[in-house]
Amino acid sequence: MTTLAPEPAPATKPPAARPQSRLASLLKARETGILLALVAFLAVTTAINPRFVFSTDGFRDLFLTPSILVVLAVGQAMVIITRNVDLSVGSILGLTAYLAGRLFLDTGLPILVVVLLAVLAGAVLGLVNGMLVAFARVPALVITLGTLYVYRGIYLQWAGSDRINASDIPDGLLSFGTSSLLGIPQLAIVSFVVLAVAAYWMRTSRGGRELYAIGSDPAAATLYGLKDKQRILTAFAASGALAGLAGILYVARYGTISSGVGFGIELEAVGAAVIGGVAIFGGSGTVVGAAIGAYLLTSIDRGLPILGIPDFWQRAVVGLLILGAIVLDKVLAERQHKKLLAERHRS
Amino acid sequence: MSHTTKRGLTVLATLTAFSLTLSACGSDGGSDGGSGSGGGGEDLSITFIPKNLGNPYFDASQVGGEAAAGEFGGEFEQVGPTEATPDSQVSFINTATQQQTGALVVSANDPEAIGSALQQARDIDIPVVTMDSDTNPEYRDVFVAQADAEGIAQAQVDLIAEQIGDEGQVAILSAAANATNQNEWIDLMEADLEENHPDIELVDVVYGDDDDQKSFDETAALLQSNPDLAGIISPTTVGIAAAARYLSTSDAKGEVALTGLGTPNQMREYIEDGTVESFALWNPEELGYLSAYTAQALANGDITGEEGDTFTAGDLGEYEVGADGVVVLGDPTVFDESNIDDFDF
Repeated sequence: MTTLAPEPAPATKPPAARPQSRLASLLKARETGILLALVAFLAVTTAINPRFVFSTDGFRDLFLTPSILVVLAVGQAMVIITRNVDLSVGSILGLTAYLAGRLFLDTGLPILVVVLLAVLAGAVLGLVNGMLVAFARVPALVITLGTLYVYRGIYLQWAGSDRINASDIPDGLLSFGTSSLLGIPQLAIVSFVVLAVAAYWMRTSRGGRELYAIGSDPAAATLYGLKDKQRILTAFAASGALAGLAGILYVARYGTISSGVGFGIELEAVGAAVIGGVAIFGGSGTVVGAAIGAYLLTSIDRGLPILGIPDFWQRAVVGLLILGAIVLDKVLAERQHKKLLAERHRS
Repeated sequence: MSHTTKRGLTVLATLTAFSLTLSACGSDGGSDGGSGSGGGGEDLSITFIPKNLGNPYFDASQVGGEAAAGEFGGEFEQVGPTEATPDSQVSFINTATQQQTGALVVSANDPEAIGSALQQARDIDIPVVTMDSDTNPEYRDVFVAQADAEGIAQAQVDLIAEQIGDEGQVAILSAAANATNQNEWIDLMEADLEENHPDIELVDVVYGDDDDQKSFDETAALLQSNPDLAGIISPTTVGIAAAARYLSTSDAKGEVALTGLGTPNQMREYIEDGTVESFALWNPEELGYLSAYTAQALANGDITGEEGDTFTAGDLGEYEVGADGVVVLGDPTVFDESNIDDFDF
């Protein structure tokens, strides 16, 4: 777990450039492993029902369905890497989706302005989380559990039994939600762009590396003089903004917004990050891994009905997968720990 | 660390206390008696108290209630809370009781919470009708129900049979696997298909949990695992909208028929773009209309709410009070291209 992390030192260099190249390859193997699991699952499902991948709808859904969760998982990974967690993203997603719907319904603002407002609203809600975590020094688990309910409460109060329907949403956004560019759904392209920017930032920028440093050893990071509060604020604001973006993607994809939107999706985002190799105690993992985790989770959701596995078992399978990922994490960390110890004895 | 934990607990405790306070406030029964006899007679005043105001569904039932009152020469008033919480209707019921309204028509937010307030109204002989959502039977005279399970099931089977030419494979996209009303409808639909539509094969029943995403995935899976699927029945408003959205952008659009229970507003888009031919739901306008006539019949003494009582509800014709004082509106209304623009709920 934390032993997999680069040292909390200046940490501006990517892990690959550090002397422990084996550690880097192990990190890499972690994501390769989850990717293999995804490919294997897709292969088995496709073998049983070729239409799962080899039909226009199947191929589109393969990329389209995970887009929303990928965006959430990227934000979640950034927060978890700082040894925090953001449980409020589901409520933020719902609130921003409804906000966007109301703006379309009541104001007639152009789509792009509404998108920006929704992302901004998400960032502000995320910033509130960040400030509570950074300045009140209360564990993020508790803070965001609180804001999960507070944000959901505000949403319920605001929306009530009201529902925004597909006919209230501009056609431009609705068709954006399902159309493709060069065979790749546009929502998936959005999620790829988000993923690429976040991955690049986390890997190369000072801010990104400091998120790892803070998550590896918060006390050491503070002693070292890292701007830990500012970094944590950034991570939460990013997670909130991405949840806002996910809210827009939700509107584009589903076209119906009622007060249940995003309910429980925060746990899927955390699950995707954990399955994708982001250590729940921070300091290690990548946003790419989290994104692959999101792909695996959604593909399983889509695939199990096709494999004919009864509904009642689908959640159990997902749960087993999360447990498996955590056990694997633990085993890998132990092994790495032993290896490092052995190396120290040798030298 | 323990310091932070302690603070964390404090925050958690505060939040819990806060939510407890929220849920505990209110709930006084109101103890203002009131005397005198209820309205009745020619100038009957009817007070509608919906679950909440600003809800298109109850705006529609209001239109029906007003129309009925206009026909029999009564006065119509609709008051109600802005939010559909269990006890928010109590003060409105009390006010109507004090004003000695001729009859009360209530769509209950809670089967128990408004009971004592309704009882006070009945103590001074104000007839109480519940519609759409019932209280416990002892608190009201008659409940006007939207539709009975057989009618709902049969309407959907008839619609799908008509759309697919009475033969082929169909599947059902339901809500939660343990939803009582859904399962009752599914059983009735299965029986109806077996008995009256031998060429229709029910290949699968899947559950979308009234969640857009899950319903989407299940629809996609249905289409992929049943290449010869001819139609989908979704007896839930969330499910039918999600399935319609999926179908509308899928290769199966126009190939696979979809019907079920939905509201005109959520389905308008898909009726217009041709994804869905027709679907059903009870008509809240007729529900309000029938409720107003029921209230009038009670106030005039035409019925008492006993099983077997009959009365005439304007254009809707003759109705009979069933067991437990329930009046059933009848078969659901079918919405299609020709009439969907007449409805807004």
